[in-house]
Amino acid sequence: MNSAILKPRKRIDRSTMITIGIIIAIYMLAFGLEQVIPASSMIFTVLKKGATYALVAVSMNLLNGFTGLFSLGQAGFMLIGAYTYAIFTVPVANRLSVYRYYDGGVIQFTLPLLLAIVLAGVVAAFFAFLIGLPVLRLKSDYLAIATLGFAEIIRAIFQWDKLGVVTNGSNLLREFPNFNSFNVKDANGNVTLYLSTLIPFLIAGVCILLIVMIINSSYGRAFKAIRDDEVAAEAMGINLARHKMIAFCASSFFAGIGGAMLAMYQNSVQAKSFTTAMTYEILLIVVIGGIGSVTGSCLSSFLFVACSEWWLRFLDQQQTINGWQVPLLRSGFRLVVFSLIIMAVVLFFRQGIMGSRELSDLFKNRWNKPSRKGGVKP
Amino acid sequence: MSENVLHLENVTMQFGGVVAVYDVSMDVNQSEIVALIGPNGAGKTTVFNVITGVYAPTNGRVSLRGKVIAEDHPRGKMRRLYAAGHQYEYVRSVGFTPDRITKMGMARTFQNIRLFKSMTVFENVLVAKHMNMRAGFFSSVLHLNGREEARMREETLELLSVVGLYEVRDEIATSLPYGQQRRLEIARALSTKPSMLLLDEPAAGMNPQETEDLCAFIREIKEQFNLTVLLIEHDMNLVMDISDRIYVLNFGKRIAEGTPAEIQNNPDVITAYLGVAEE
Amino acid sequence: MFSTVLPYLLSGVSVGGQYALIAIGYTMVYGILRLINFAHGDVFMVAGILMVYISASGVPLYISIPLVLALTAAIGFAIERVAYKPLRSAPRMSIMISAIGVSYTLQNLVLYITGGLNQFYPSIPFISDTVTIGGASTRMVTIVTPILTLVLVVALVMLINHTKIGMAMRAVSKDFETSRLMGIKINSVISVTFVIGSFLAGVGSILYFTNYSTVIQTSGSMPGLKAFVAAVFGGIGSVPGAVVGAFIIGICENLLKGLDTILIKAGIITKTFGFTTFSDAFTFALLIIILIVKPTGLFGEKQIDKV
Repeated sequence: MNSAILKPRKRIDRSTMITIGIIIAIYMLAFGLEQVIPASSMIFTVLKKGATYALVAVSMNLLNGFTGLFSLGQAGFMLIGAYTYAIFTVPVANRLSVYRYYDGGVIQFTLPLLLAIVLAGVVAAFFAFLIGLPVLRLKSDYLAIATLGFAEIIRAIFQWDKLGVVTNGSNLLREFPNFNSFNVKDANGNVTLYLSTLIPFLIAGVCILLIVMIINSSYGRAFKAIRDDEVAAEAMGINLARHKMIAFCASSFFAGIGGAMLAMYQNSVQAKSFTTAMTYEILLIVVIGGIGSVTGSCLSSFLFVACSEWWLRFLDQQQTINGWQVPLLRSGFRLVVFSLIIMAVVLFFRQGIMGSRELSDLFKNRWNKPSRKGGVKP
Repeated sequence: MSENVLHLENVTMQFGGVVAVYDVSMDVNQSEIVALIGPNGAGKTTVFNVITGVYAPTNGRVSLRGKVIAEDHPRGKMRRLYAAGHQYEYVRSVGFTPDRITKMGMARTFQNIRLFKSMTVFENVLVAKHMNMRAGFFSSVLHLNGREEARMREETLELLSVVGLYEVRDEIATSLPYGQQRRLEIARALSTKPSMLLLDEPAAGMNPQETEDLCAFIREIKEQFNLTVLLIEHDMNLVMDISDRIYVLNFGKRIAEGTPAEIQNNPDVITAYLGVAEE
Repeated sequence: MFSTVLPYLLSGVSVGGQYALIAIGYTMVYGILRLINFAHGDVFMVAGILMVYISASGVPLYISIPLVLALTAAIGFAIERVAYKPLRSAPRMSIMISAIGVSYTLQNLVLYITGGLNQFYPSIPFISDTVTIGGASTRMVTIVTPILTLVLVVALVMLINHTKIGMAMRAVSKDFETSRLMGIKINSVISVTFVIGSFLAGVGSILYFTNYSTVIQTSGSMPGLKAFVAAVFGGIGSVPGAVVGAFIIGICENLLKGLDTILIKAGIITKTFGFTTFSDAFTFALLIIILIVKPTGLFGEKQIDKV
């Protein structure tokens, strides 16, 4: 056969260009909005928290959706990342007041912000390595429970009094730099350039880009093979233990960075809040977006955050129309409606929003492809 | 006398109280096509699974080109239950994982097709090249190995056109008709650049014409890729046509070995397949 | 020394029995459907809430107790029909995600209804009475629980081994497809399993909340998880295993809670080590150890997958 036909296409095709265009537009929008709308607007809460959850959701999708490893330990790795970041960035001057019961704590230096964020990921990945050694050879249901168990153990360890000199025990860690620290201020302390939304977008964006690069690499194919049929993957030369560990550590690395972002968003870190309920929420976000779709995870993260923080808020308030109190609407109803929507998706729309498609697939023009069955041989 | 590729020595596989494979010894030599036949439930796929490292043998040894890839002896509870022979002859415990055995040059297909369901034909074959990739995780992710990746893709396309699946390369693997799926499984195994190929019932579900095509196909790839082949098969036409030698299993035991002509006239084999006439 | 250990031992036996009643539900459902019913712990919690509200509306105990048990069994049945049955042919992950979704939904429903405030469990006469054993003061519930648990477990084991429906349950847990082909009414078997499991969880909730007396929407998470660990520890699919596992976990966890006090009393340490923080984590550590050392649990059977 003519080898010219066998050479695969090299140009970046149209759909990818459109995707990149859309992404750039979104970034510019996020940046622009912040300069014009007052900083207290709900939209920024949604954008910042959405970006954080998007990263964590995509990292979970890498592990659960693309490699097929049903792990429920995400909250534990987020916890490790959040603490690593906070511990190494609380300004030395504030340590005495933050570590009030531990004489200022044992760590008396800070690391540059970016380094602390990367370190958050590295430490989380390291713990993933240790945990993965015994746990990754378990069958899917047992893996789920074992990772859940480890997350709970991690939570207990970080609340332990005896480690308080590092972790502050069951007290809050606070006063570390958050997203607002990135805002450019003038001599009087007034903000001239708002960056507090662009920064989380950038951090999450770079990380998600890296995850996409993993998925599109040969290793990503190997992960998908493991998901589709472990036995066949092994027979095709893919070392299961090694590849599962790589996926586990990579996913946890990004979950750790997500945890650092969460710390920056919340402005405080407390082990108590990283419960299995948090992992369940991320899992549900991934399912709604579509297991195996990065775009889906991003979309549904923003939707989830928007609904829980902003849009469905009205469901929690008691409304009176013409003197008649609308039944059902009071605090907590939002979460009920939410749960029912999630159940509906899980039962009837199992593919989620995007199934396993990505943004670029939406723009692939099916009619331009040469016919595959029959037709003239070139 | 050609060089020995695969050597099985007194391999026994026992599950609880059931002996699935009983003291089976076999040899496959370079460039041979050897068939493993026997009635259903005779233990043939179990033998494959022991050879490829999916199961650890209860007893016995398997070597690939002289290197031991599996060896074991009855341990724990099995020491009491063990029902076959040669119990104290094998002292070591060696178990290469399937991926390592594939890296040593032995690839297999499966009785129930195990294609990667969510991936295309092209991707199924491409992923088999992952094990030979020289780039590490970070260079691969950062796409620093562009040339190697391009080479892998080119080789995949070439292989697909050799097996006649080039046209359907972008279809989802499981959407292909059955015969093509079987060929894809073989192509995927070939993609690992093996020197020995294990085929588990490659002709299952095929009509006589397709089986003839498959026969020619196996001969072709054997020549082109310089392979040694061991196959499990029920279709006697294919087996007699293509094999240099045949091993016959029944109830886990080897009951005969020889050329196709010898096997066809072997009374034990005939009894095993057809039963004994009522007196 | 014994008098220091005794109260912890007693509460361990008591909570162990309560975990056992929950664990049976997990182990039976897993045996038949290979599903970890993440929502089971929340069904346990809902039973507690039901009792609070039904009692509060003035219904006398001899009606409210059977009513709560019946309702809990009905809820278990309904959950299976609505959230698990439609996904029976879906990949395993989907049904587990559905279970997580149900758990999430139940917790949010209860949060909504109760407003997140602690609900106080009605005091049930006789079992709430204080009683002294060996110098330790405890409640009657501590004695009633293990006895009641054993009685119910024996009854259940007899049902599984000596009745037709029990044989059907055993068949389905051995081989789902073949049982169906043999004409066993799968849906009935599965429903019965859920009904029994939820009923026992209901009994467990009556005993548990008599001891712990406050109920909120998260009350089911920890007991549920621990009961599941107990089921795995004892050998998932085995009812006696789940019970043994639950008692062991209940006792160890309580001993751990009191370990600081005990060790100080025994003069082994002088300052508290902080063991209490780890009493929950201990259960998970035990889970991980058993999964690594003997994944089939104490009484479980090894399964070989055919390739």
